Amino acid sequence: MQKEFLHVEKIEGPLLILSEVEDVSYDEIVEIKTRDGIKHGKVVQLYEDKAIIQVFETTSGLSVKDVAVKFTGKPLEISLSKDILGRIFNGFGVPIDGGGPIFSPIKMNVNGRPINPVARKYPRNYIQTGISAIDLLTTLIRGQKLPIFSGNGLPHNEIAAQIINQAKIADGENFAIVFGAMGIKHDDAHYFTKMFEESGVLERVVMFLNLADDPVVERIVTPRCALTAAEYLAFNEDMHVLVVLSDMTSYCEALREISSAREEVPGRKGYPGYLYSDLASIYERAGIIEGSKGSITQIPILTMPNDDITHPVPDLTGYITEGQIVLSREIYQRNIYPPINILPSLSRLMKDGIGEGYTREDHPSVANQVFASYTKYQEVLALAQVIGEDELSSIDKKYMEFGRAFEDKFLKHDFYEERSIIESIDLAWSILSILPKNELDRIEPKLLDKYYKG
Amino acid sequence: MDNGIITYINGPVIKAKNMKNFRMREMVAVGEKKLIGEVISIYEDFGTVQVYEETAGLKIGEFVYPTGKPLSVKLGPGIIGNIFDGIERPLNKIKEYSGNFINEGIGLISIDPNKRWKVNFLVKEGEYLEEGQPFAYVEETPLIKHYIMVPPKVKGRVTYVAADSEYCIEDVILKLQDDKEYELKMYQEWPVRIPRPVKRRFPIEKPLITGQRVIDTFFPIAKGGTAAIPGGFGTGKTMTQHQLAKWSDADVIVYIGCGERGNEMTEVLEDFPKLIDPNSNLPLMNRTILIANTSNMPVAAREASIYTGITIAEYFRDMGYNVAIMADSTSRWAEALREISGRLEEMPAEEGYPAYLASRLAEFYERAGYVETLSGKEASVSIIGAVSPAGGDFSEPVTQNTKRFVSVFLSLDRNLAYSRHYPAINWLSSYSGYLSLLNDWYRKNVSEDFFKLRGEMLKVLQEENKLLEIVKLVGEDVLPDDQRLILEVARLIKIGFLQQNAYHPEDTYVPLHKQYNMLRMIKLFYDKALFAIKKGVPIGKIRQMKGYSEILKMKYSIPNEYKDEFDNLQRNIEEEFSQILKSYEGD
Ligand SMILES: Nc1ncnc2c1ncn2[C@@H]1O[C@H](COP(=O)(O)OP(=O)(O)OP(=O)(O)O)[C@@H](O)[C@H]1O
Ligand SMILES: [Mg+2]
Repeated sequence: MQKEFLHVEKIEGPLLILSEVEDVSYDEIVEIKTRDGIKHGKVVQLYEDKAIIQVFETTSGLSVKDVAVKFTGKPLEISLSKDILGRIFNGFGVPIDGGGPIFSPIKMNVNGRPINPVARKYPRNYIQTGISAIDLLTTLIRGQKLPIFSGNGLPHNEIAAQIINQAKIADGENFAIVFGAMGIKHDDAHYFTKMFEESGVLERVVMFLNLADDPVVERIVTPRCALTAAEYLAFNEDMHVLVVLSDMTSYCEALREISSAREEVPGRKGYPGYLYSDLASIYERAGIIEGSKGSITQIPILTMPNDDITHPVPDLTGYITEGQIVLSREIYQRNIYPPINILPSLSRLMKDGIGEGYTREDHPSVANQVFASYTKYQEVLALAQVIGEDELSSIDKKYMEFGRAFEDKFLKHDFYEERSIIESIDLAWSILSILPKNELDRIEPKLLDKYYKG
Repeated sequence: MDNGIITYINGPVIKAKNMKNFRMREMVAVGEKKLIGEVISIYEDFGTVQVYEETAGLKIGEFVYPTGKPLSVKLGPGIIGNIFDGIERPLNKIKEYSGNFINEGIGLISIDPNKRWKVNFLVKEGEYLEEGQPFAYVEETPLIKHYIMVPPKVKGRVTYVAADSEYCIEDVILKLQDDKEYELKMYQEWPVRIPRPVKRRFPIEKPLITGQRVIDTFFPIAKGGTAAIPGGFGTGKTMTQHQLAKWSDADVIVYIGCGERGNEMTEVLEDFPKLIDPNSNLPLMNRTILIANTSNMPVAAREASIYTGITIAEYFRDMGYNVAIMADSTSRWAEALREISGRLEEMPAEEGYPAYLASRLAEFYERAGYVETLSGKEASVSIIGAVSPAGGDFSEPVTQNTKRFVSVFLSLDRNLAYSRHYPAINWLSSYSGYLSLLNDWYRKNVSEDFFKLRGEMLKVLQEENKLLEIVKLVGEDVLPDDQRLILEVARLIKIGFLQQNAYHPEDTYVPLHKQYNMLRMIKLFYDKALFAIKKGVPIGKIRQMKGYSEILKMKYSIPNEYKDEFDNLQRNIEEEFSQILKSYEGD
């Protein structure tokens, strides 16, 4: 039925250039028959009778002579049913756990489609993670996309794991975790599997794994498969879904590789000019839809090359996501876990999900005060390094005491330590109360009178 | 056969042959699904089309169909309170067709053709009408009378007026006879890339009052003026734009979400119908138009959304309204230009942006202005554009080129945002080019000495900045008391005045007279304290004064519609100082 085309003109990196093709549609998936089996690709450009195909697996070993290409006429689709829970797929959506294929009449295009803004419901319910710095200062909201900006060797996996362990994603059993791995190490994948097992959620987890030694180009569809599964679970099965995507930097590097193979005009640091739109097509797949009971909360993880937050990957991510949790190597080196640098960290959605009626009336002002006082502590710290701590004024000494207490008592957590959001707010008060009352200028007088512990 | 034939497909850019009869900038339908597109270049028999919908599934050999007209929008009743995509398709209608997710191939839908409006006519048979003249109106919302105008370039004697009744927009409600007969409906169509004509431009003379202290007092925006809000991610561009959309004293607001988040549009949709306009006491949605082309929607339509927005703004201006348009973010629009230019393999200029970036930005901002409309009314379009510089670095091309064409620059500062000083508008690097033009207005309507006070306060902040350099090296203690006073007064200005809490019911919008009185209190305190210090009162004493903490919290403790609170505060401060002075003179 479907025609096979044999006329491969060129193979260039991950690209295959075919001529004399007909009836081919843009973005459709092709099957490439090679000596070592079937590979997959998709049409990325059409010109008269020529098609440029981006191959998801490696093209090494391919030759223009022994390749036959079959056009499927369809975009990439995956089969979905509730049976995906507990299963492991490769980055292309094919089961790799030996459990056999998913049989289902429901097949969804992995590219998804943009959610109509009028169909969205604004997320307003907080998720308690049990981690003080997150709950008080960058509160996670159900339906939010809140990435972790990390660096190589920093404990982002542990933090993600702790969130997964402790977060109350849903009231009952009505939740799922979708894990999309792009270019992460086997160790890391193993770490997550073990952790899911330990916390007894394994049968609620769907994994899409493209590991560090898997084909680079496949990475481009991995988060899309993961999010398609998430959309199915959230909007067809009414589940609250937490999606963890790691490492978005590897994903972007794969995109860069293809872009340069296609000789596109590069933007910053060689990344394609459409990186923003491409990342948006992933991150914007978080949210809540009016009239649907489920939700998709995303925690993408990325490693900042050279710990540089202005690098295009964190930069464009920050422009799309609803905040970020930024990890700091300097804090980690001082043996503080989780090493969250609170100042650049932000949760944009917390404003509508905290305070009176949600957490506690004083939560917003306490959070603001902590940011303001911690900024002041950083200034005093810098001064102390110049003139010596002994020379500081008495009020500045108070700030030193505040800053240290904040890091040791509030920021620092045990991996298994879970604090309720109210405990975290109270803890913040006890630390803020190290400072004289009139220094706390971000808190309304009546709250100050009520909660200040001096 | 007059259809083009597709020969090339690359994302939103397609090329076709047999395009001789197409016009540059013509709107076309592409392929079997009739995707909407626009011709962006023609070369001999070949044409390039940018497609406003997802092109996946499109094939070589499918047709490109002409429409004979440039990319245009329908302008008529049914726009206000609505939310559109980048080419003026109502998102609610799209949802009816394709559910929660947006499909391609819905076709060119626009304002509701079936809704019936009660039309009130303003003219009679036999009258001669000029272009732009209103001949009827519709109560579009309780806030906005929608005037139905004779389109530009049309004029003539009225030969027919429909009876007073309800009509839908496709009904002919008026006929004009000139060299030829014109049948006028309730809407006009206008090509988005062409500015709508006006009689003439006036100089700027009125502020756009926003209720945001740092803007109204320090860096005022003008009616008919232009402003840019650049800042890295999370520094507060969208919040500031939302605040302006909520509280600025324009008659009509056009808010364009251009390549930004879906949830931010949802937030506006959920909040605005509940928020009450301080001037009219009616829900804000009654004057608001939303255009949403979020970051995950097709990139070419993002490019168009800016033009759709400004065209709608000009249309309401032509009725005599002051319109303010917020574009969040113009950088995403520039990136859409870059992306399409890249796919056309045009020669890139700086950072991959096309060489025409600067001229496109200029054309856009030049569509702002304080004008006399064709029908002789005073009206304006003000543009406030957010800019999202890559890496937060203001030296990049979009920020730099925008800076050339706008008069107000509200520069958002990452460090202020980190310490949650909101709005994070840096008072040293921001500016307003309208101060001298607005001087008269402020003198007449607020106070003779308002700008003088502003200047003095800004000077304190500048001096503080210099002193902080020293403090960083040696600490505050070594400074003499009069310099430490500057630091304290700067703190009063920063915390008591510049910081403004968008979530606080009272503080979110502050009228000018309160802004003025707040400044006056700070200035009073400064003068008295300086005098006291010269008399030997130590700075520590001053900082502990009740008046000092009263000023810090006056934004919360004194209501916007205050009575004698400022007089009382003034008296308390004066008394407190004279007591202190007495005790020191006594020594
Ligand atoms: N005036 C303000 N009052 C209170 N909070 C503010 C204010 N401005 C900004 N914020 C806080 O900062 C956060 C980020 O602001 P905003 O979303 O406007 O940033 P942005 O500059 O538009 O970022 P992006 O470029 O990523 O869209 C908000 O969610 C809010 O918490
Ligand atoms: Mg924004």
